[in-house]
Amino acid sequence: MHYLARRIGFYLIAAWASITLNFFLPRMMPGDPADIVFARAQGRMTPESLEAMKKAYGLSDAPLIVQYWDYIKAVFSGNLGTSFLYFPTPVTEVIGTGLRWTLLLGLTATILAFVFGSIIGILGAWRRGGVLDSALPPLLLFIGSFPYFWLATIALYFFAFKHDIFPIRHAYEDGMIPNWSWEFIRSVIYHLILPATTVLIVSIGGWVLGMRNAMISTLAEDYVTMAEAKGLSERRVMFAYAARNALLPNVTAFGMALGFVLSGALLTEIVFAYPGLGYQLLNAVRGLDYPLMQGLFLMITFAVLAANLLVDLLYIRLDPRVRRR
Amino acid sequence: MIEQQATNVGQFPPVEAELTGNVVVDTSVTPGNPSRRGAGTFRAIMRNRKALIGVIILLGFAGMAIFAPWIAPGDPNDLIAKRNLPPSSEYWFGTTGSGQDVFAQTVLGARASLGVGVAVGIFTTFLAALIGMTAGYFGGKVDDFLSLFMNVFLIIPALPLLIVLVGFLGGGGPMYFVFILGITGWSWGARVLRSQTLSLREKDFVSAAEVSGESRIRIIGGEIFPNMISLVAANLFGATIYAVGAMAALQFLGLGNVSLVSWGTNLYWAQNNGALLTGAWWTYVPSGLAIALVAFAFALTNFAVDEVTNPRLKAQRVARESLAKLGHKSKKNSRATPVIRHAN
Repeated sequence: MHYLARRIGFYLIAAWASITLNFFLPRMMPGDPADIVFARAQGRMTPESLEAMKKAYGLSDAPLIVQYWDYIKAVFSGNLGTSFLYFPTPVTEVIGTGLRWTLLLGLTATILAFVFGSIIGILGAWRRGGVLDSALPPLLLFIGSFPYFWLATIALYFFAFKHDIFPIRHAYEDGMIPNWSWEFIRSVIYHLILPATTVLIVSIGGWVLGMRNAMISTLAEDYVTMAEAKGLSERRVMFAYAARNALLPNVTAFGMALGFVLSGALLTEIVFAYPGLGYQLLNAVRGLDYPLMQGLFLMITFAVLAANLLVDLLYIRLDPRVRRR
Repeated sequence: MIEQQATNVGQFPPVEAELTGNVVVDTSVTPGNPSRRGAGTFRAIMRNRKALIGVIILLGFAGMAIFAPWIAPGDPNDLIAKRNLPPSSEYWFGTTGSGQDVFAQTVLGARASLGVGVAVGIFTTFLAALIGMTAGYFGGKVDDFLSLFMNVFLIIPALPLLIVLVGFLGGGGPMYFVFILGITGWSWGARVLRSQTLSLREKDFVSAAEVSGESRIRIIGGEIFPNMISLVAANLFGATIYAVGAMAALQFLGLGNVSLVSWGTNLYWAQNNGALLTGAWWTYVPSGLAIALVAFAFALTNFAVDEVTNPRLKAQRVARESLAKLGHKSKKNSRATPVIRHAN
């Protein structure tokens, strides 16, 4: 488990780095951050919340190192300050509502893209020069060249605005109260389809190419030739021998992709007004809600770290070589 | 290699993390005179159809950016006509929701978008090469530290960081974008170049250079670097695509200076004026298409460089071509990499 310990150590360092970055962000603003924020907020902030913010930031006359220590303590005790926009709701509470939608959208899209992309990659590599191999990658590459938000907006226009096939915004029907009823779940799925599909379409190309490349190297391995020589069925060789081993590097990429989707979903959420972290982040930036901005950045980073840790655990399970190291 | 070609902001995994590994190693050393080999590679790339298309598109856009003031004279922000005019012979791309010439904005927009994109590409590639090669060559503690550094940068999600940075620091001029996109975008390339340096370092010619007493800087710059030019080029293309997309995304969100004419800003205004809701698609399409074409052209060129310099793909192509010459039309490719005697 030496490997796992090293990975956890790394994630702790990464977490520390992002907390430190967060600490210095307001201090990198020219002048006294609290006063600037107060001035920029133009009356949307009461003097009490100014005090509260100074306290939350640890902005005092104390030496920097003391402020820093106080900040780290505050983060670990789960105190990320108070949101300006939703005053006096604590930042953690605001984030909590967004996190689940981001996770739902991000996970759905990534898993689907991973599964479909890998399958297409496997089949493409198996019949090299076939339709899947020669026509699809350039097409996906071309689609992937468009700015994501641009494609998403066009999709929104065609499927939601012009043709009314899918809803135009939000994660569920307005006026519904979240619960576990079938009706609500159906509404959630209905609202999820369009945003998730747009993410799927633009991100699948990476998986196809990745899987295809891995398959091509794996197919050259002796054990694949051996399996073919033994006269095993094509399907068996393709999936049980080649794809199974080619999948391994893609699992690592899956961890990174989860991270990318959690942050990439920002644009999706913004275009589709989907109430996740990204939508909140843009609102926070527009509303100059600095504590919320910082809190969201930390939360997204932590989510990415956690996703990677999970993938590491999965990897240890899948690859015996890692276990022995 | 093909890393990063799908990197519009954030959403797309640079999937090829580990798996290009062995291919990367393969591309490295081809014996022979480096300058002659370079020229041959260049010719081979230009013969490649993908590369040709890519380069032509890129040259077209570069020309557009450079000669923008002559192609579309005047300030693109001037209100010159009625609002939301559809494309016509007078205004080729129509007018915006506030009555500006969309054609002029698209042409002028190329300057900021491509300028920043290329500048970020060069800046990040420089950082990536510097940090990655230092880590790979020196190894040990230096490598441990630098690797940690790049992995931390790699794992902190770029888009939220960019948004928060712009949110806090404000600003939004071109230099500012170059700076923030540069410092958030170098880590991927650094990791790729590091692992390549690691494997090259073990090669005989590097040992030979070490034994003959060449300085470290010379070995890194003169021996190792020329052998990973294709990787560096791939990184340059990838980083440029990333930068063009990321800048457009940030500007589309209205972050930064919204009066700076660029493709991202054009889209921001189009969105703000409800372009699609009023049916004014012409304000929305040109800038998006321009970004896509640039990214696609870079990716095509990148592919071509990969095809030409990657022995495995090359061997396959040569085998297929020589089979075809013999009148042998094999439908099914052999799955193993064919052995080509005179692959160089």
